[in-house]
Amino acid sequence: MSQDVWILAEHFQGRLNDITLELVGKGRELAQAKQGKVAVVLLGSNVNGLMSELAGADVVFVANRPEFREFTPEAYGAALEAVLKDAHPWVVLMGSTSVGLDLLSLLSARTGKPCLDSCTRLDIRDGRLFATSQIYGGKLFAEVALSDTTTLVAVVPGSFPKPENAAAGRPEFQEIALAALPEPRTKFRKLIEPPPGDVDITKVPVLVAVGRGIQNADNLSMAEELAEALGGTVCASRPVIDQGWLPLTRQVGKSGMTVKPKLYLAFGISGAPEHWEGMKNSELIVAVNTDPKAPIFAGAHYGAAVDALELLPLLTEEVRKANLKKAS
Amino acid sequence: MNIAVLTKQVPDLVEGVEIDSTGKAVDPDSIRYILSESDDHAIEEAVLLKERNQARVEVFSLQTGEVRDSLCMALAKGADRVVIVTTGLEAPPSNHTAAKIFASVLQGLPFDLILTGVRAIDDLDGSLGGLLAGYLNLPYVGLVRKVELANGAAMAVVQKEFPGGYAAELEVKLPAVLGIQAAEQPPRYVPVSRLRQVMKTAKVEEQEATPPKSESVAVERMFKPEEGAGATMVSGTPEEVARQIVNLFSERRLVR
Repeated sequence: MSQDVWILAEHFQGRLNDITLELVGKGRELAQAKQGKVAVVLLGSNVNGLMSELAGADVVFVANRPEFREFTPEAYGAALEAVLKDAHPWVVLMGSTSVGLDLLSLLSARTGKPCLDSCTRLDIRDGRLFATSQIYGGKLFAEVALSDTTTLVAVVPGSFPKPENAAAGRPEFQEIALAALPEPRTKFRKLIEPPPGDVDITKVPVLVAVGRGIQNADNLSMAEELAEALGGTVCASRPVIDQGWLPLTRQVGKSGMTVKPKLYLAFGISGAPEHWEGMKNSELIVAVNTDPKAPIFAGAHYGAAVDALELLPLLTEEVRKANLKKAS
Repeated sequence: MNIAVLTKQVPDLVEGVEIDSTGKAVDPDSIRYILSESDDHAIEEAVLLKERNQARVEVFSLQTGEVRDSLCMALAKGADRVVIVTTGLEAPPSNHTAAKIFASVLQGLPFDLILTGVRAIDDLDGSLGGLLAGYLNLPYVGLVRKVELANGAAMAVVQKEFPGGYAAELEVKLPAVLGIQAAEQPPRYVPVSRLRQVMKTAKVEEQEATPPKSESVAVERMFKPEEGAGATMVSGTPEEVARQIVNLFSERRLVR
């Protein structure tokens, strides 16, 4: 096994995703501790424009082919399987994302290399690499010591900072030599854009977010009244969207929106990592949840362990009073 | 058209989870098991496909907790056959082991579509669907929110979710494995009376499987997030809490 750190690049509409740059930053730190190299694997079509962003890597393995124009787990998986077959990097990092999650498990089964998901920390201690994953909805952490064989690790976006300064290195580019891939059984048809016409929650200064604790659709009106009093908008975590109580455009988290409002008020949201990922950079986070052990309190600025349904109308009343005082 | 749905039981987080005395695993006595949420969506999507395409739906689960209740619920929702896969394992296995067990159970059976929830809260070593597809050499797509059959059920057309509200429409030749994020509609409600009725006559089959060796990662230690590390807690009666929170807004000029 080498001491090299490999990173699977993710890109969308001609731009590298932040997770890739975050992983290159972290990968550099890990590789330096072991005198290894940072290698990025970049699959796509017309990806030459992305290469300048990858200056933080020592090597970029590129496959620039029409069949990689759009992501399919099958085509990307087959290419990575071929690349990994005779290579033995220390660790292969990818995002715990729509792309990375599919590939992590497929590749682990195809190559026999162990894998780890939901990683939020990577530390070297006594020369060994420890990965920590947040599981059980954020209620527990599991620390794993990586073994002496190549391990595939999916990292939650936002776990590591994106390097502030563009690196000035000159990575070596290597074309990936791939034998003809088998006739694909999975084909990309089209991209479906987010439904238009709704308010853009990424541009709203105050968000009143509701989760499972809102209990039913009728209770949403209480959140809407508070949002109106604060000049904000209601958004939600996944379970509320899956129930059909709010449209997809209001979803915050992994496959929804990433928001950074001045104020994020979370009602009845436990704070599972998938949600946290989408709102952690809000300027002020106030969380209300009956469970004092809810993971959201570990990251929020202020919290109250009370019943969201009881608090909502009281808050609306207080905000209205404060508004009136200001107006008079 | 034959659809298999693979499900697993996970701890009910409402009841909490505690770490056992080894410090490396959860304490089974602290747990009440429930059906994993995205598996519930996988069952719903399978039943929707059955209603629209006259498919046969079979639901499998490893023996964990009150699995029989979950499987009876699947029957009440419209599944045609439910099977508990017994392994003799005391604790729920890793996903690598579970995927190999399911691969051995499904190998050679005429399934066109294998659905499973894309993620479970206890997933540490990848997702069950992707691992299974890798072992069976079938195509896999995860984070799926909509499935339609095309070409006389030789192909599935699926929507795969991406960040920012985007999705990709993909076509997948069957047989294939899909990791379901959300069914097209919320999992249907089954009245308790209906469930009780089903439970009286339900045939829950059992099938034995030998757990294989697998290349899973080993947990060195488990720990809880540091308590009190984050939020400044506001306390008092709900009225007092409301006043204190609105004071925070006023200080930051967040009220008009």
